[in-house]
Amino acid sequence: MASASVTSDPYVYRKRRNWKPLRIAFYYAFLIPLLLIWLVPIFMTLLTSVRSLDDITLNGPFSWPSSFEIENFSEAWSSGGLNRYMLNSFIITIPALIICLSLSSLAAFALARFTFKGNLIIYFTFVGGSLLPFQILMLPVYQLSNTLNLYDTYWALIIFHGAFQIGFCTFVLRNFIRTIPGEIFDAARIDGASEFRIYHQHVMPLSLPALAALATLEFTWIFNDYLWALILVQRDKLKPVTTGLASLRGEYIQAFNIQFAGTLIAVVPTVLLFIFLQRYFIQGLTMGSGK
Amino acid sequence: MAEITARDVSSFSGTTRKQYWRDIHRLTPYLFLILPIALYCAWVIGPMFYSVWMSFTNADGISRQDYIGQANFRRLFNDDIFWTSLLNNFKWLIAFITFPIVAGLGLAILLNNDLPGTRFFKAGFFSPMVVSTVVIGLVWSWMYQPYGMINEVLSRLGRDAMPIGFLADPEIVNWAIIGAALWRQVGYVMLLYLAGLKNVDRTLVEASRVDGASSFQSFKDIVIPMLQPVTVIIVVISVIDALRSFDLVNIMTRGGPFNQSSVLAQMMYIEAFNNYNMGYGAAIATVLALISIVFIFAYLRRMLKDEMEY
Repeated sequence: MASASVTSDPYVYRKRRNWKPLRIAFYYAFLIPLLLIWLVPIFMTLLTSVRSLDDITLNGPFSWPSSFEIENFSEAWSSGGLNRYMLNSFIITIPALIICLSLSSLAAFALARFTFKGNLIIYFTFVGGSLLPFQILMLPVYQLSNTLNLYDTYWALIIFHGAFQIGFCTFVLRNFIRTIPGEIFDAARIDGASEFRIYHQHVMPLSLPALAALATLEFTWIFNDYLWALILVQRDKLKPVTTGLASLRGEYIQAFNIQFAGTLIAVVPTVLLFIFLQRYFIQGLTMGSGK
Repeated sequence: MAEITARDVSSFSGTTRKQYWRDIHRLTPYLFLILPIALYCAWVIGPMFYSVWMSFTNADGISRQDYIGQANFRRLFNDDIFWTSLLNNFKWLIAFITFPIVAGLGLAILLNNDLPGTRFFKAGFFSPMVVSTVVIGLVWSWMYQPYGMINEVLSRLGRDAMPIGFLADPEIVNWAIIGAALWRQVGYVMLLYLAGLKNVDRTLVEASRVDGASSFQSFKDIVIPMLQPVTVIIVVISVIDALRSFDLVNIMTRGGPFNQSSVLAQMMYIEAFNNYNMGYGAAIATVLALISIVFIFAYLRRMLKDEMEY
């Protein structure tokens, strides 16, 4: 296109060159307001979180803050119990992440590198299971947690998330490992390396990009889980930040400033993760959509 | 598996060492798989089948559960809340396969270039996907309040009537919740389309433009058909997401008022964990899963086709 536009006719040439900046101006004039409108809920949360209740009631929800109360954050953090809830979220998310990544990498290695009876069926079971609606698992998982004395402990959530997320991670990792050239494995085998050694000394280092992408994505998913926290954990001091926020809301029913301060604290970990590891996050999602 | 174990045993008695190692080698993939499969079966696949069994019982979490045939399903099909919830799920589904796909594709096409700032725009439109549904539910509930932000904006734009009760009016409430869900979904679909657009051959588009096609024509006749595989996947994922909807409903209205915003997942939760009608809840879950499985199979079939080409 660009080379086609360079013609001997100076008029055409000038016309195209003049037209482009205008087009770019239109482009930004359209996208910037669109994005600003799209993000209004986020701006309003930020504004409301620093206003005082009097200010909100007096001036309505949609006005510039006439008060600035940073104390809303400390109120939500300590009296609202966000400090405890945040810690719980990490206590649940990190072990669950380790379980699902380590086990799914084992499964993915076997499914990607060996031909054996049932390979495809096992693979499809992992993928299909990860797409099920959660309701079909809720009652048995609740009962199983009860039977194993895991109900209302961190472990109920850690093990469930660790197990359930194996499906998606195996799917992504298996397809990634298949793209590793087979010569690497053959060379290692000739050197007499055991399969397990090939797995952890050759395949895992090569799979780091996929593992990083999955870790970012899975961290966000497990951290943001609400449904399972609602069902498997009862005690307030064990709640992760999602169900914690729901109780915070019950405690401060009309105090939206405190609620929103809590909300903003709650999103810090996943937002930071997204800002710094955006590339991995997006890779994980697109890898997961089946190429 | 049984066959391999038999061979393995025979190799112990007599055959050469080499033979033994070859047979052990055949077991290797299963050794790698045993732990993940055990955990996955115990917490995902097993529970799925057990739920189906429970839907034929009168389980209540306390007394013994007995087989009661199709009673739960008969009761379900006569339950008005079930039909309301099913219809609401259907509305979620329709909304999810229309607006986010059009808006997501539009944004993806706008942002599929290397002008400065596109990375920032992409991150901006995608950002609702990063925060939890609880946060989105809290913020949107507040925006939807009678004296909340949206009503305030409407009245400043000159609307001079009673504030709209977005979450209180049975006619509106389901769409109001869907609105919050769509806000989250658009960025996701945009990302998937951006990935898909990378595979569209630009030279084809440029060739068509040189041949005199308008930009709309080349979009319609070249870009859209080339995006078709991505679109199929996005539609299936959106349908599955729509059937999974629970968090926003539970946070914003708990299905109210008068169950008008209930979806199957919310109805199941209330029956099973509030009313302790676990058998009945399992029946709702079974119906929901059966609907999902139709789409899951469509997705798997597509993947199988790719596998065969590999």
